[in-house]
Amino acid sequence: MEFETIIGLEIHAELSTKSKMFCGCSTEFGGEPNTRTCPVCLGHPGTLPVANRKAIEYTILLGLALNCEIARRSLFHRKNYFYPDMPKNYQISQYDIPLSKNGFLEIDMGDYKRKVGITRVHLEEDTGKSIHVGESGRIHGAGRSLEDFNRAGIPLVEIVTEPDLRTPEEARNFMIELRAMLEYLGISDCKMEEGSLRCDANISIAVDGVQGTKVEIKNMNSFRALQRALSFEEKRQKEIIIGGGKIPQETRHWDEAAGVTHTLRMKEEAFDYRYFPEPDLVPLEPDPQIVEELQKSLPETPGQRLDRFIRKYGLPKDTARVLVYDKKLGDFYEEAVAKGGNPVAIAKWLAGDFVGLLNEFSIKVENSPIGPHGISELILLVERGVISGRMAKDVLKEAFQSGESPAQIVSRKGLSQIADSEEIALIVERVVDDNPQAVRDFLEGKEQALKFLMGQVMKLSRGKANPTMASEKLRELLEKRQ
Amino acid sequence: MVISMEDVEHVAKLARLYLTKEEKKMFKRQLSDVLEHARIISGIDTSDVEPTSHAIPLANVAREDEVRPSLPVEEAVRNAPWSEGGAFMVPKII
Ligand SMILES: [Zn+2]
Repeated sequence: MEFETIIGLEIHAELSTKSKMFCGCSTEFGGEPNTRTCPVCLGHPGTLPVANRKAIEYTILLGLALNCEIARRSLFHRKNYFYPDMPKNYQISQYDIPLSKNGFLEIDMGDYKRKVGITRVHLEEDTGKSIHVGESGRIHGAGRSLEDFNRAGIPLVEIVTEPDLRTPEEARNFMIELRAMLEYLGISDCKMEEGSLRCDANISIAVDGVQGTKVEIKNMNSFRALQRALSFEEKRQKEIIIGGGKIPQETRHWDEAAGVTHTLRMKEEAFDYRYFPEPDLVPLEPDPQIVEELQKSLPETPGQRLDRFIRKYGLPKDTARVLVYDKKLGDFYEEAVAKGGNPVAIAKWLAGDFVGLLNEFSIKVENSPIGPHGISELILLVERGVISGRMAKDVLKEAFQSGESPAQIVSRKGLSQIADSEEIALIVERVVDDNPQAVRDFLEGKEQALKFLMGQVMKLSRGKANPTMASEKLRELLEKRQ
Repeated sequence: MVISMEDVEHVAKLARLYLTKEEKKMFKRQLSDVLEHARIISGIDTSDVEPTSHAIPLANVAREDEVRPSLPVEEAVRNAPWSEGGAFMVPKII
């Protein structure tokens, strides 16, 4: 039996407008329950929704960035369902005529690239939040739910992909690519932990080219969770098939703590949303001239920036990826390069030690105590031979913790490395005199001995000797002894 | 098309409406009229008529992305039978 995993994704991203989709309530995250509600988003009878122009523009912009066709005429529909997280008992969404469709996004898997079809990108409103409270005995002895509608009505884009993904890793990379795209377009905060970016998946296993049954997975709250859930599901389905069983069509829930999926509802229990055109909102007919202007205003995409970093600065792809797929880190990098210093060295330091420190102290790049100027200063200190790479590591960490500039730290602590050839010669001579055994070992061909002698030079200079100069001097002296 | 008194009572119960005897009679007549109206309309041949989603020839009505004051939270939950800490309280869902 030949297996092929088939994955499609459905992604929801909140748009970063100031006000909600159909009313003027603020979209700011948090806030006490229902402090950002009004008669429109509370679904009071007699109120009328009015669409947010910015949200429509953002959706078109995303459609264009994902190479979609923009509809010349698009409609809002009511999606009816009975669940208390929407006070109207329906969600205003789009159905058969979305704002954009038929696009693609290419992902880079290192060894290969994959073009992933985008079925549609549409605009809708987010739902409220239910807080389920356990058995309390307060409402007729039953448990209860608390409804907060601050989030209800926040503009939401839904992005549906074709079933073009073949591995859980591809699904994860797709999300990384899409999140970066949203970030570069500046249209969403993409905070998975705050729920402003969410992802559901469809997965099936084709056997010998014959399509399998699609299973929908929900509740994956991080990229890692997405990959883990899909890997679990891929394995589960293959095992059933190998065992001669059948995969039922169903929706499954990912349990992050247990690392498993379990049945949420079967196909027979699927909802009928009774979609119908929203009579309170007139159709959208995007002006071709505005669409063209939006097309022209598209910023550099993450993929384009990656190519530019590799071409213009000569960065290795892996390093460039670290910088590009966090837009703010990419911006930080370009600012540092503009201040001076070797672009490859700056990239290496940012993608390595700097990112390490950000993670260690849980600080976001935009709040880093050391700015692009400080990084440039540090790299220039290394380039000019004032400090060694080893010393730079400590200086960076100290600058990161104290907020002091690298140059200040170097001068305050008297850290400048010894790059004076006469001074280095003196140290090296002393080491050679003091370690006759190691010198003999080296002369007998034991390369290891050289490392030991270098270690002694660094020790004697308290780490300050310029390593390149010291090692040259050492070899020179040893050759004389031969 | 006539609906029964039981139908009216059932619908009223689902909508949590408490109707008097006179109201029930009135709604029985009105709802029957509505259904009769729909029955007549459904008899019309619309095979060559485009589906209409909106009756007025208007498109692109939108507003600027500007924040306007929300309701004070006490106002927001005032009509709710139950609320707690500003949140609407509903019977357990799942
Ligand atoms: Zn509102």
